[in-house]
Amino acid sequence: MWVEWHIALKFLRESGAQTLLIVIGIAVGTSVIVFITALITGLQDNLIERTLGTQAHIKVQPPDEINLTVTPPGNPALLTLEDRRAQRLHSILSWQDVVATLDGLPGVKAVSPVVAGPAFGVRGVAVKSVAVLGIDPVRYQRIIPLSKYLVAGSLRVGAGDTLIGRKLADDLGIRIGDKLRLEASGGRTAVLNVTGIFQLGVSELDTRYVYLDLKQAQSLLDLPGGVTVIDITIDDIFAAETYAARIARLTGLKAESWIETNAQLVNGLRSQSLSTVMISVFVAISVAFGIASVLAVSVVQRTREIGILRAMGGPRRQIQRVFLLQGGVLGLAGSTAGAAAGYGLVWIFNTFGPGLFYIPVAPALIPGAMAIATLVGVVAAAAPARRAARLDPVVAIRYV
Amino acid sequence: MSEPATPDTEVLRLVGLRKSYGVGTPVETEVLHGTDLILAQRDFAALIGPSGSGKSTLLNLLGLLDTPTDGEIYLLGQPTREMDDDARTALRGSTIGFVFQFHHLLPAFTALENVLLPRMLTHGRPRPDDIALASRLLADVGLAEFTDRKPSNLSGGQQQRVAIARALMTRPRLLLADEPTGNLDTVTAASVFALFRRINRDYGCAVLVVTHDPRLSGTCDRTIELVDGRIVSDTRHSPDAPLAAA
Ligand SMILES: Nc1ncnc2c1ncn2[C@@H]1O[C@H](COP(=O)(O)OP(=O)(O)OP(=O)(O)O)[C@@H](O)[C@H]1O
Ligand SMILES: [Mg+2]
Repeated sequence: MWVEWHIALKFLRESGAQTLLIVIGIAVGTSVIVFITALITGLQDNLIERTLGTQAHIKVQPPDEINLTVTPPGNPALLTLEDRRAQRLHSILSWQDVVATLDGLPGVKAVSPVVAGPAFGVRGVAVKSVAVLGIDPVRYQRIIPLSKYLVAGSLRVGAGDTLIGRKLADDLGIRIGDKLRLEASGGRTAVLNVTGIFQLGVSELDTRYVYLDLKQAQSLLDLPGGVTVIDITIDDIFAAETYAARIARLTGLKAESWIETNAQLVNGLRSQSLSTVMISVFVAISVAFGIASVLAVSVVQRTREIGILRAMGGPRRQIQRVFLLQGGVLGLAGSTAGAAAGYGLVWIFNTFGPGLFYIPVAPALIPGAMAIATLVGVVAAAAPARRAARLDPVVAIRYV
Repeated sequence: MSEPATPDTEVLRLVGLRKSYGVGTPVETEVLHGTDLILAQRDFAALIGPSGSGKSTLLNLLGLLDTPTDGEIYLLGQPTREMDDDARTALRGSTIGFVFQFHHLLPAFTALENVLLPRMLTHGRPRPDDIALASRLLADVGLAEFTDRKPSNLSGGQQQRVAIARALMTRPRLLLADEPTGNLDTVTAASVFALFRRINRDYGCAVLVVTHDPRLSGTCDRTIELVDGRIVSDTRHSPDAPLAAA
């Protein structure tokens, strides 16, 4: 291969301006791909992070209660008309076992049992409907890092302490240390000490969430010893659906992934990714055509030289490789410059841009783009290289 | 007639060689009509003939650049007609040196690299002894000072001498030259022929050179005349005194 390299590099260097122009073209294409991919990936990571910052990846809940229809003996055709049962709040059966099983599942990062139900928050004359969440603060923190969202007070639940959302606090005029009365169905009430105020950044949650100790919430919601939801986070968020299905099979419970819950967002992200891929593919195609046309011209320009190489004992395959290598080298050189430029654009965006979010450059992106561009170069060179290899040496030498 | 002191070996034998262009088209024309010829190792032969008589066609055929329509070419005793392109290319690379009318050097390479090229094509990266040989060949053709020059910085005669050195790089058994002096002045042309003579003697390499100039063909040992695709005369003669070389 040494000769092929030697000749290919000499040829490229000799046709200086031509080489430079196509390298710039490839560089522009590559920088567009690198920048757009990094930008979209950064944007999507940011969106997902924000979404999942206040959500579990998978929520496990007890199965819906259904009417049991008894089939009369003799297997007659049976038409039934029934209403769906109203779903009362009920606990997951033997949830400690379920949590233990989920804890042991590979790929599962955190598991947190929660008891959740409705109540009214009352202060003076003001009444607000709230969602009571009874949590085990240590476990729950691994799902939603509450301490990150705390805007006042301290993170303390239990023994009559509670954390409430920023909006709820504003609505009820509550400050740290104030009392909040919760009234649940069945006339059960609890008076709690507000120790912390959080802001999750989702208005719905900030107006409704009230965190309590698991025990206190259980008695308030009349579910002693029970939990209604098990929140789970996993390592690979995009495998959430598979995990949810597995967990449902394993436990016989209802398991819903964030992908299902946020179907519209996920759909949007997928279309965005698809359009990024389309842009990259079309840029790659135009780069490929650029390389192919430059090399096709070069084959014509070098017809006589190819004839000499053939006359002096250069086999067809050698000539072919000389041009394939030129394609590869152009792809590599262009994409190296382009990747650097793309990286520069990302840096400029991160440093001087609108600052809405940070674009990380995935470590595989730049070597990946360079590898693909090199491959595109070789593939684009295939046709010109074949033409060069097929030149009849007699015709080639006479060519002027 | 100068009789060789020891028996001369055969380098090339053509048997009933025919070549047609445009085979299968309405303008099919036969250019060579069954040529027979033997070249011996010590031959320094001129191929002469009017324009269009088929000299270049014949040279391309026996240089294995082109394939005959009929007949056989034996190179060093090997029949070549049935060889595939790779085998012909390898045989061409190892046994034949070419010199063309327009030197045909690669402009991106220096004189030395051009001379090394045939060796690199068949053996890869040149070794120190390859480089030494290339330098010696360049010195032999009087270009010791010019090894690092690109062809564009050499005169026509110098370029042609680089091409001759290049043709000798693989130590060929047969040197083929198609009007190598066609675009050189007479003095330079004479020096090129003197160089061929020396190569033929010193390197023991058969030389077949196409020329239009009777004064140059006179400096050879043998003159083969081609007219309308037929060899009309093939004479051995003692060479005229070489023209004054520059
Ligand atoms: N590729 C080709 N296709 C068709 N005809 C050709 C081709 N090459 C040569 N010929 C014809 O073959 C004949 C011999 O051509 P050739 O080039 O061998 O002559 P030549 O003796 O070398 O002439 P010159 O002295 O002008 O170089 C000519 O009539 C030419 O027109
Ligand atoms: Mg000719």
